[in-house]
Amino acid sequence: MSGKRNLELYFHIPFCVRKCNYCDFLSFSGDEKTKASYMDALFREVREKAGNYTDYQVVSVFVGGGTPSVVSERDMAALLSTVRECFVLREDAEITIEVNPGTVTLEKLKEYRKAGFNRLSIGLQSADDGELRQIGRIHTYGQFLDTYGWALDAGFENINVDIMSALPGQSLASYVTTLKKLISLPKPPVHISAYSLILEEGTVLMDRYERGELVLPDEETDRAMYEETGRILEDHGYHRYEISNYALPGFACRHNVGYWTRTDYVGFGIGAASLVGEVRFRNDADLAGYLEDPSGREADREELTIEQQMEETMFLGLRLTAGVDRAAFQTRFKTTVEKVYGDVINANIRDGLLRYTDDGERLCLTEKGLSLSNYVMAQFIF
Amino acid sequence: MAMIDQSKIRNFSIVAHIDHGKSTLADRIIEKTGLLTSREMQNQVLDNMDLERERGITIKAQAVRTVYRAKDGEEYIFNLIDTPGHVDFNYEVSRSLAACDGAVLVVDAAQGIEAQTLANVYLALDHDLDVVPVINKIDLPSADPQRVIEEIEDVIGIEAADAPLISAKNGIGIEDVLEQIVAKIPAPKGDPQAPLKALIFDSLYDSYKGVIVFCRIMEGTVRKGTRIRMMATGAEENVVEVGYFGAGQFIPCEELSAGMVGYITASIKNVKDTAVGDTVTEAENPCAEPLPGYKKVLSMVYCGMYPADGAKYPDLRDALEKLQLNDASLNYEPETSLALGFGFRCGFLGLLHLEVIQERLEREYNLDLVTTAPGVVYKVYKTNGEVIELTNPSNLPDPSEIEHMEEPIVNAEIMVTSEFIGSIMELCQERRGRYLGMEYIEGTRALLKYELPLNEIIYDFFDALKSRSRGYASFDYDIKGYEPSKLVKLDILINREEVDALSFIVHADSAYERGRRMCEKLKDEIPRHLFEIPIQAAVGGKVIARETVKAMRKDVLAKCYGGDITRKRKLLEKQKEGKKRMRQVGNVEIPQKAFMSVLKLDDK
Repeated sequence: MSGKRNLELYFHIPFCVRKCNYCDFLSFSGDEKTKASYMDALFREVREKAGNYTDYQVVSVFVGGGTPSVVSERDMAALLSTVRECFVLREDAEITIEVNPGTVTLEKLKEYRKAGFNRLSIGLQSADDGELRQIGRIHTYGQFLDTYGWALDAGFENINVDIMSALPGQSLASYVTTLKKLISLPKPPVHISAYSLILEEGTVLMDRYERGELVLPDEETDRAMYEETGRILEDHGYHRYEISNYALPGFACRHNVGYWTRTDYVGFGIGAASLVGEVRFRNDADLAGYLEDPSGREADREELTIEQQMEETMFLGLRLTAGVDRAAFQTRFKTTVEKVYGDVINANIRDGLLRYTDDGERLCLTEKGLSLSNYVMAQFIF
Repeated sequence: MAMIDQSKIRNFSIVAHIDHGKSTLADRIIEKTGLLTSREMQNQVLDNMDLERERGITIKAQAVRTVYRAKDGEEYIFNLIDTPGHVDFNYEVSRSLAACDGAVLVVDAAQGIEAQTLANVYLALDHDLDVVPVINKIDLPSADPQRVIEEIEDVIGIEAADAPLISAKNGIGIEDVLEQIVAKIPAPKGDPQAPLKALIFDSLYDSYKGVIVFCRIMEGTVRKGTRIRMMATGAEENVVEVGYFGAGQFIPCEELSAGMVGYITASIKNVKDTAVGDTVTEAENPCAEPLPGYKKVLSMVYCGMYPADGAKYPDLRDALEKLQLNDASLNYEPETSLALGFGFRCGFLGLLHLEVIQERLEREYNLDLVTTAPGVVYKVYKTNGEVIELTNPSNLPDPSEIEHMEEPIVNAEIMVTSEFIGSIMELCQERRGRYLGMEYIEGTRALLKYELPLNEIIYDFFDALKSRSRGYASFDYDIKGYEPSKLVKLDILINREEVDALSFIVHADSAYERGRRMCEKLKDEIPRHLFEIPIQAAVGGKVIARETVKAMRKDVLAKCYGGDITRKRKLLEKQKEGKKRMRQVGNVEIPQKAFMSVLKLDDK
């Protein structure tokens, strides 16, 4: 395998049972026929494009959405076989699929495992059924417990659970209850993504917010939720390795870490983004066009300048609590991060937002800096 | 070229309250006199600046010459001199009228006489013009021409029984107007052989021709080669070209003689040399006396204008220079602000004039501006006997050096229907108005007369007037003079540092209220920083109001996937760009729009 460069693959499954009230991702409900033709188009796209990546070995596969679990397990298995057929897939590759409670059965999960998926990401969001209803989830906490149990039974060990803070009507106490329920499971998940809600344009929640119908936790509560997340999870052996991601040792999501350390990745399916050889490009979001010609519709392509590469190295790298590796920066750009960003670094160290790790090898956000990461990161833009 | 028979010339203006249909009537007259075919007619031929068309007002006086074949079979030359319709440009109106022998008064058949109707008619009568009333918009359902005719006769005291009843918009009754212009407006007089005496009523800078002087020849004759002198400014030049005004174009001719209206070019570089109201005479054979009534136009309202991007300072200077070529009433001089850097203190005739210039700078010269609160010119009498004309609040001397201060006062006339008299009087009281009297125009309408400090009306008085009268009140004013007043400088401190660009002069009694509102407004405009920021209003070092911008605790994008990275970068770029556009005062960054938003401290 030596000599081959690492590549991550992302597959976008845009279908959902119904769209959640906070969601601005490219997703919609679709009938069985549309789903089947979409999967066919996806296979075709993989076959048509794989030839561009013969110098690469695939280190991770991530099937996201949408809700990938609304597609038949047979098609999911076929997707992985197509990948194996067309790419060099490493033995130890991380292969993740996102699922939502209410769309899977024990059998389906067993099929996933059999097909080669070794990591599961379950969208829970909250353990409070009232909160789930508010944000338009189709499932209850009970259904999550079923799904989680089946996942373990099916043989998944590497499981992520998504939860959300700052939800409408959520109190600090109810949020902490969600967290505690999760870590008190007989076998708690090895990975937890804890996002604070962001109201996005064009979502149901934003409309409600603009009509004044939404009671959201204030900033104090929001920050308390964030602090509690860190405190409680760290007490239970989880490590915060990214702004919103926590894992037991060895279970950080390699795929996502790849995004933040700028590993090359190729996205398949509508709207899917790619980064290959310092070029960012993206598939068009139009479904009909995609079904007709899955490889021929690119929406935008941007060759990153050296400056943009540096900017990305900083603002993506700083998302990781481990921060930016100074030596890696120097190897890549033939200059030190201090020569490029000295003033910004000093100012933010002075303000208590950035720090060097004790060994001096990495530059990372402080606890305070994590909460103000945009403020810091914007300063790394030229 | 055949001599033009003076008796066949009619020089006139159209005067009206805003929106009563002046420009539309002008269009119809031009149309009916056949100078242009209907096809060539743009909607409003006289208003050739884009801005004017959008705002629906006429900014610069202009003129047009048309030829009318009257019912008596004779051809008459009409020189229609357009006048600006806004109070800021009163002086220009007055000079335009001085170039005429008569005026057509347009009154809206539904609204009747309004404040500017009166102001304009009085101006016309002051110039001994014969006024021909015309009732417009008779096709409106609410039109009541008979009532309006009576109003004109009762209030203005001019004969209106045979006033043409017209609809300029629909072209009804225009012939009537044309015939009355022939019959009722006197032909010009003046001796073409006498020494040259011409009134400048406007001028325009053209990059090819230099300054184009718009004038009415009162006496004598001017032709190419004549050496002319501007009597007030003393500038002398040789005439390069004379001509008259086609619609939207200059048509050269041999000569302009007494009674005619036209233009002169003489390679003059600056409109400052051709002040409106000045008299043009022949250098070799000057007339004995200049025409009466010339005055230097004084800027009444000042504000600081700064380029949003400091590097654009030279561009702003060039743009102001160019605008001034065309607008002698615009004043500017360089100034520096600690908060805003290099900019200019600019003087204007009034707030509308300010807005027009600001818009032209932004639109025609593509400049992003930061404007400070407009203020008036205060007179500061110092204890050492010195008198300062203060245009920038930052230059106010130490209170210990001030003997007293004076502010400009205007005479205001407000026309309002009786149901709103109470609320308008209340408004005038709040604005420190001094009640002078009230006249009933007819049963339901009254003319309120007040003295008001100019600095109380330059902000939002007009808006307040409209909102408190449901749009019915109309307003006109002229400057009365200066009076002593209890004025103080209100300073704004952000994070305990005074921000010079936010200081302004205010009457002592309103200082607290204004200070409090400024602080509230700024609190909303200043973004959170890493630390808490106090915002204080102070008078003479004493804090009278305070707000606090809390420290920023959260600025984070919780989620970031592979597909989000381009978007994330755009977001950060925007954030960075926003930061660039902020002004650093001490260690606080203030967005540019904060400097402007405090101009609009909403009326409760």
